[in-house]
Amino acid sequence: MTRHDTAMSGTAAEAMIVMAEVEKWYGSFQALSGINLSVRRGEKIVLCGPSGSGKSTLIRCINHLEAYQKGEIRVGGTLLGDDGRTIDAVRREVGMVFQHFNLFPHMSVLRNCMLAPMRALGIGRKEAEATARDLLARVKIIEQADKYPAQLSGGQQQRVAIARALCMRPSVMLFDEPTSALDPEMVKEVLDTMVALAEEGMTMICVTHEMGFARQVADRVIFMAEGSIVEEAPPDIFFTQPRHARTRKFLGEILRSH
Amino acid sequence: MNYVLDFTPVIDGLPDLLAGCLGTFLLALGGMLLAIIIGIGGVVLRDSRFPACRWAVKAFVELIRNTPFLVQIFFIYFALPLAGLRLDPTPTAIIALGINGGAYAIEIIRGGVQSISKGQIEAGLALGLHRALVFRLIVLKPALRAVFPSLASQFVMLTLTTSVASAISAYELTSVAQRIESETFRSFEVFGTITLMYLVISWMMMAFFSLISARYFSYPVK
Ligand SMILES: Nc1ncnc2c1ncn2[C@@H]1O[C@H](COP(=O)(O)OP(=O)(O)OP(=O)(O)O)[C@@H](O)[C@H]1O
Ligand SMILES: [Mg+2]
Repeated sequence: MTRHDTAMSGTAAEAMIVMAEVEKWYGSFQALSGINLSVRRGEKIVLCGPSGSGKSTLIRCINHLEAYQKGEIRVGGTLLGDDGRTIDAVRREVGMVFQHFNLFPHMSVLRNCMLAPMRALGIGRKEAEATARDLLARVKIIEQADKYPAQLSGGQQQRVAIARALCMRPSVMLFDEPTSALDPEMVKEVLDTMVALAEEGMTMICVTHEMGFARQVADRVIFMAEGSIVEEAPPDIFFTQPRHARTRKFLGEILRSH
Repeated sequence: MNYVLDFTPVIDGLPDLLAGCLGTFLLALGGMLLAIIIGIGGVVLRDSRFPACRWAVKAFVELIRNTPFLVQIFFIYFALPLAGLRLDPTPTAIIALGINGGAYAIEIIRGGVQSISKGQIEAGLALGLHRALVFRLIVLKPALRAVFPSLASQFVMLTLTTSVASAISAYELTSVAQRIESETFRSFEVFGTITLMYLVISWMMMAFFSLISARYFSYPVK
């Protein structure tokens, strides 16, 4: 990878994330092929597709939880390489929310939210705590600040996980099926939190099969299959006039199961 | 069979025996401290990205776990001075106990580390924490909690193994007892008494571990 294309930086400046011809292999298995994706600041993307199509792999490449082998990924102008420096820089900009919350069980909710700002950014305890309390209040869970993760419901844990990621003041948030491990009655509280975040202008890439959410907040819905982006469109077009047979089949299955 | 019990030597020797108990505690605590350091450090190296480190830890664990402790302590006490490293019996015993306990601790703690889900590590990395910090702040405590019962029983074993240090005349309960016995020939009384003393020492260790567990590992889990 080179840094020759400064000519592109004019367009790259307004793009928060740019993936160009990204290829990713697990051993000999190609998990991503020819991924081109550009996400503007403030844009909300919903990523969907059948199991194994590479949705998780794609967003995990963006914060380098997975390495990619070909192409380029830029986050806020930083070219994501394999060196610790660019990985650090990118992870500071990008928050991630996981399907299984992954809260740290041995820390209170408040400590979960203070840990990374203090240890990764070197922010002082007082400021970290103030930020954590502020964000816990915004996800409406401040009264649970001193509890441990195991004492919370799944929906509450996921909202804490969102607050924890936001405490790093990221400019992009990645969500990997944030509601699919939740009991149905808890899905809404998490989606409401995500909608609120979207309304505040956060740049978001959400892997989710919550099509109501996609209709409500997505600027673009992207459909993946077998490691490639098959089709992308604004939600009104995506849901009403899907172009590809695979998309139609997928939408049929998804809407039937919901 | 007309052996008449006579506890006078034990009663006369009680201050010495209690001092021996203190010596035993000192060896056990020193050995445990070293073992836990070796255990945690060993796990880090065992799973490091440098093959030489991984290999060295594997070899160390193999060597220590498959050779007698008595031979290990003799080696440090009698053989290392030939290489210019001469230590007193008590530091020798602590080092031997720490090395031996450490080899077992590596395997136990490693099991705990492997029980931590990948998601925990990924959450830490995604938050911008480096690998070393992720290990120290996120992985270590739940890992230790997961294996604490095994670790505690290993350390009770270590405590009892301190008696082997009598072979190099380290100051501890068994060597005090041997001295009293050789002066008074009251084998039954002397060794019967220290048997009970070891039992109490073990119980005290277990109580100590329960306290640690309640203090550090009592956070709620699902
Ligand atoms: N660590 C790995 N090693 C090898 N293959 C992997 C690994 N992770 C994922 N894969 C493979 O890569 C492909 C894409 O996986 P990925 O998890 O990105 O799919 P996904 O679209 O997120 O699916 P799901 O909806 O089930 O979460 C799958 O075929 C999967 O088996
Ligand atoms: Mg996935």
